[in-house]
Amino acid sequence: MTLSTERRLGAALSAAPTATRRGEFWAGARATLPLIVGAIPFAIIFGALAATAGLSPLGTMAMSAFVFAGSAQFIGVNLLAAGTSAAIIILTTFVVNLRHVLYAVTLAPYLKHLPQRWLFPLAFWLTDETFAVVITRYRRPDPSPYKHWYHLGSAVAMYSNWVACTLIGLLVGRQIADPRSWGLDFAMIVTFIGLLVPFIRTRPILVAVGVAGLSAVLTNSWPNKLGLILTALLGVAAGVWAETRRPPVAPDPAAPETAP
Amino acid sequence: MNEVWIIIGMALVTMTVRYPALVLAGRLTLPPGLLRALNYVPPVVLTAIIVPAVVFQHDQVQISPTNSALVAGLVAVLVAGRSRNLLLTIVLGMAAFLAWRWLLATLGFST
Repeated sequence: MTLSTERRLGAALSAAPTATRRGEFWAGARATLPLIVGAIPFAIIFGALAATAGLSPLGTMAMSAFVFAGSAQFIGVNLLAAGTSAAIIILTTFVVNLRHVLYAVTLAPYLKHLPQRWLFPLAFWLTDETFAVVITRYRRPDPSPYKHWYHLGSAVAMYSNWVACTLIGLLVGRQIADPRSWGLDFAMIVTFIGLLVPFIRTRPILVAVGVAGLSAVLTNSWPNKLGLILTALLGVAAGVWAETRRPPVAPDPAAPETAP
Repeated sequence: MNEVWIIIGMALVTMTVRYPALVLAGRLTLPPGLLRALNYVPPVVLTAIIVPAVVFQHDQVQISPTNSALVAGLVAVLVAGRSRNLLLTIVLGMAAFLAWRWLLATLGFST
């Protein structure tokens, strides 16, 4: 969209007082608030546990500030604690974050008029939470020209909370002599369970998860967590396979009979 | 030094996943099969981390009530399944883990 069409749209909308840059920004931040509450313990636990995995305080903050990917950071730190090589940690991060491709592809049509100075930060700040919040805003039919400000508000709120709570976790974690002896490293696993279970809504996902669980146990002794990569491939393949062989949910009575 | 490279590498691959798709998605179409397969990645990777962490104890498969991680893991699955509440799952899962471990220690089981 050119500047002049943006201005024309803006003029057409002057009747709608909520459609201002500032209004959209804060509306986006407010809509993200419930998800921020969910991210708070996650970030605090990350900050507290990163040290037990051997990450320096600066490294812990840098990971939250520059990687900014909750699940990938947890898994990365978990692998680091297990003595995994840098290459496998980075490869696993890539695999875990692949779902962002889905989000980016879904958002792209709504963002294609924006210049690079918008696209780059919005891409960096893409998270499960912000995606969930802003896609509903973009899909609302009102013609506000500032929906990307709503997106920005959501992203900035998530990011500042994530970095701040990592710092809180870091400071709290240093007060506890040995977080591992308290069983705090298990908090990470419980967090993963809380993230995983809501995913299991369909039979193919259950199949994928079952195959992955079995494969993870059988390949657990493989060096450098190489089994993790094989397990990811096997699990995804099993899910896709289960999806293709799933019988139709309800036969369409209008459809002509194709098989005896 | 190692952690610097890990963080730079993680930041680069994460941006590689987020940015090009956002910019290029309007111009090229990804095969629908690939997009469908991507749906399975998060649950599969989470499972691959969770299952060994709760099933193994001292590098041995330990399917028994003396494995506190397994017991607490099952509690967390039940809580997550019923409530879909992340915070509640973390709190009750950790409570189950610490309580069960304390109980085993009190009863004289080595954990």
